[in-house]
Amino acid sequence: MSDKYTRLVSHGLGKDLAKRLGLPQPVVLRRHEPGRPLIDGPVLVQGSTGGADELAATLLDWNLDVRRHAIPKEKLGAIILVLDELAHPGDLEKPVLTAAASLRDLAPNARVITMSRTAGSATEPATAAARQGVDGLLRSLAKELRAGATGNGILLADGARTTSPAALGALRFFISGRSAFVDGQFLTVSSGAGQLPDDVEKPLAGKVAVVTGAARGIGAAIARTLYRDGATLILVDIPAAGEHLAAVANEVHGTALQLDISRDDAGQRIIDHAAARHGRLDIMIHNAGITRDKLLANMDAGRWNSVLAVNIAAQLRINEALLASEHFRDSPRIVSVASTSGIAGNRGQTNYAASKAGVIGMVRATAALIGERGGSINAVAPGFIETEMTARIPFATREVARRLNSLQQGGRPGDVAEAIAFLASDAAGGISGEVLRVCGQNLVGA
Amino acid sequence: MSVNGQSVPRPQPAAASAAGKTQHAGAGPAQLRKAVVVGGNRIPFARTGGAYTKSSNQDMLTAALDGLIARFGLQDERIGEVAAGAVLKHSRDFNLTREAVLGSALSAETPAYDLQQACATGLETVLGLANKIKLGQIDSAIAGGVDSASDAPIAVSEGLREVLLDLNRAKTMSRKLQVLSRLRPKDLAPDAPNTGEPRTGLSMGEHQALTTAQWKITREAQDELAFNSHRNLAAAYDAGFFDDLLTPYRGLSRDSNLRADTSPEKLATLKPVFGKNLGAEATMTAGNSTPLTDGASTVLLASEEWADAHDLPKLAAVIDGEAAAVDFVHGKDGLLMAPAFAVPRLLARHNLSLADIDFFEIHEAFAGTVLSTLAAWEDDEFGRTRLGLDGAFGSIDRAKLNVNGSSLAAGHPFAATGGRIVASLAKMLHEKGDVNGRPARGLVSICAAGGQGVVAILEAL
Repeated sequence: MSDKYTRLVSHGLGKDLAKRLGLPQPVVLRRHEPGRPLIDGPVLVQGSTGGADELAATLLDWNLDVRRHAIPKEKLGAIILVLDELAHPGDLEKPVLTAAASLRDLAPNARVITMSRTAGSATEPATAAARQGVDGLLRSLAKELRAGATGNGILLADGARTTSPAALGALRFFISGRSAFVDGQFLTVSSGAGQLPDDVEKPLAGKVAVVTGAARGIGAAIARTLYRDGATLILVDIPAAGEHLAAVANEVHGTALQLDISRDDAGQRIIDHAAARHGRLDIMIHNAGITRDKLLANMDAGRWNSVLAVNIAAQLRINEALLASEHFRDSPRIVSVASTSGIAGNRGQTNYAASKAGVIGMVRATAALIGERGGSINAVAPGFIETEMTARIPFATREVARRLNSLQQGGRPGDVAEAIAFLASDAAGGISGEVLRVCGQNLVGA
Repeated sequence: MSVNGQSVPRPQPAAASAAGKTQHAGAGPAQLRKAVVVGGNRIPFARTGGAYTKSSNQDMLTAALDGLIARFGLQDERIGEVAAGAVLKHSRDFNLTREAVLGSALSAETPAYDLQQACATGLETVLGLANKIKLGQIDSAIAGGVDSASDAPIAVSEGLREVLLDLNRAKTMSRKLQVLSRLRPKDLAPDAPNTGEPRTGLSMGEHQALTTAQWKITREAQDELAFNSHRNLAAAYDAGFFDDLLTPYRGLSRDSNLRADTSPEKLATLKPVFGKNLGAEATMTAGNSTPLTDGASTVLLASEEWADAHDLPKLAAVIDGEAAAVDFVHGKDGLLMAPAFAVPRLLARHNLSLADIDFFEIHEAFAGTVLSTLAAWEDDEFGRTRLGLDGAFGSIDRAKLNVNGSSLAAGHPFAATGGRIVASLAKMLHEKGDVNGRPARGLVSICAAGGQGVVAILEAL
């Protein structure tokens, strides 16, 4: 599962060689470590609006080294480009080109984060054009950044400000090492809902969370990350995976619930378990999923149905039970694992892609339902992640697949888990119905 | 009380208990509190030489414990006491249970002890720990058992052992050589364990064959019982009954002995393996006898207060238990017939009859064991002369017998069987709830080597 190439070209002779030969030069990404500073180096808040001023003031409270103007040659940890009052595409020039002058001063693993308004909510064509322009700008810029630096954007809907809880939550996520493999992506903050944590190291303290498919791979990583963030865990997997499930449960001090989620009563069983042990349920992570790849021309009912049953039908049924339950009412959060296959398609995965696209449709439609009780639902779409599953892909195919993104490497299960942990936190309360890709800005389907 | 029988106190009229006003079974002295079964966990049982060939008793017991800890979130919990044991035990495993606890996710401050009562080991750990909970000595406990016939201890011969010990004591080289010269080739043959009874030299199967013939148990009846065991166990797996009773281990997620597709016809084709020299027709085959098996089981016990404080379920109460032994050495009773005496004594103590039991869990060492026990209870003379009753002890409703399968299908890793049965029975009782306005009641009966037997009553909570 380890990416030997990335380690080889990260320093010394290997680094020189890769540079001379024009080979991809992935770097070891900065990832979140509890207790470490949010980011090393100063943070430049670019932009002259009131929203930018407010944001800069808030970041000072985070003990960040905040700059309102760049100091030439000073290495920067991040540039936050606040574009929340764009009215015309012409308004882009000044802040964007000012920020551009600082790009060469970005430290390795730096961040560029735009904060702008959703284009869809603009009535003036020129305003919409300016806002939509940020989309193309950021996605292109992300492809230009090097050395593990990433570019991501926060889109504010009408009800949201630069300092709304979810805007700040998303900003913290994007600045931090938690978003290491998230690149070229936008998150929309649709409201002022949400709440920042008392303890930034334990954003899920006191929360009861269920993770399905938790016995191994991404599911086990989600369990570990939610545990690190303070959650109390209920881990679900099929009975046959019970040995690994028990090991993970004992590692994260949770309970193991051996349950096939495609059973009709799975939702009720999960609720009953959570209610009996903890009196409630706050967070549902739908991670369990299967693949039964075959070209559509060769597809049989068994392969098609099993994938649809586990990957989407089970989630729909469990959500229905959750939304009807009195135990899932206090700012409930649902996060589903989708896939870039469900966005861009993938040869041989019509069934899988249909199910994962289905997850995205479900998430968007469920947002209104769960919003009625102050909750949120979102999806995370992983790209190429280094797991036991992808380790079985033939070497050449795997090597190509893992380099086909702006960071030129595969992500780790923990990268997906970090995005899920963020979306499951109250800091993300104002974000709902969103799909966040964790793909290193994969060139496919971007 | 008869003189040479094992007479039982006369039961009160059954009407008393049926009226529902009597105390429920187990209402002992008022100051005793309840000991409840919270749940259990076992690993699937594997036929010897199969999936667990390379697993030691300690490995398997630790795995069963870790699955239990994961199921109930007991990581770093200091449990009052853990008791378990193994029948086939290496001498190095003198602290088997404590070592397993130290290797598990429990608090290292959890005390543990080993116990051994042949095949009754598992049930006896449940009863002993339940008693401590009832007395208020501990609030929580884990009972269990493990056995591996694959990783069985092999000892050196008695001759070699004596030489080695003398060699250790010899001080000079010439003395050492003198001791070594006593060695003979036959001394080098290892001494493997077997299931033979030390006092009779007969294997357990040969003993049961005597009993089976004595009670005139037919081949068909034994095969039918075996078939039911496989059918019931397979159905229980298919229904997900074991989803919260079992944690897979080493790639196995069901008992490897289970033959879901067996039939009475297939069982009828097997050749007899025991009782071939008895003169009577030999009826005991590999199909209606339990194979050697590897596996481990655990049961979480607690006071009601502890279970409530930990938000854990209370499935059933451990009401009472009884041990019995028979004089099989002189042929007075069959080797595995002790439960035939223990059950009447236990039920009498609680003013109960067989009709008051909703689930019978009679360990299937051999189909013939279960059927001989039932036959003895139905026999007038046995009731009069051996139990000291007016007539036959009674008969049971076969629909209540081993309803989710038993040892013939699951296998029987000796010390692990008690835990398997208690955890499954507690779940069945909890699901059943009330019967005629009283809690559902279950009876566990386990026969053991040495002519022993331990039985117990559980009630639904």
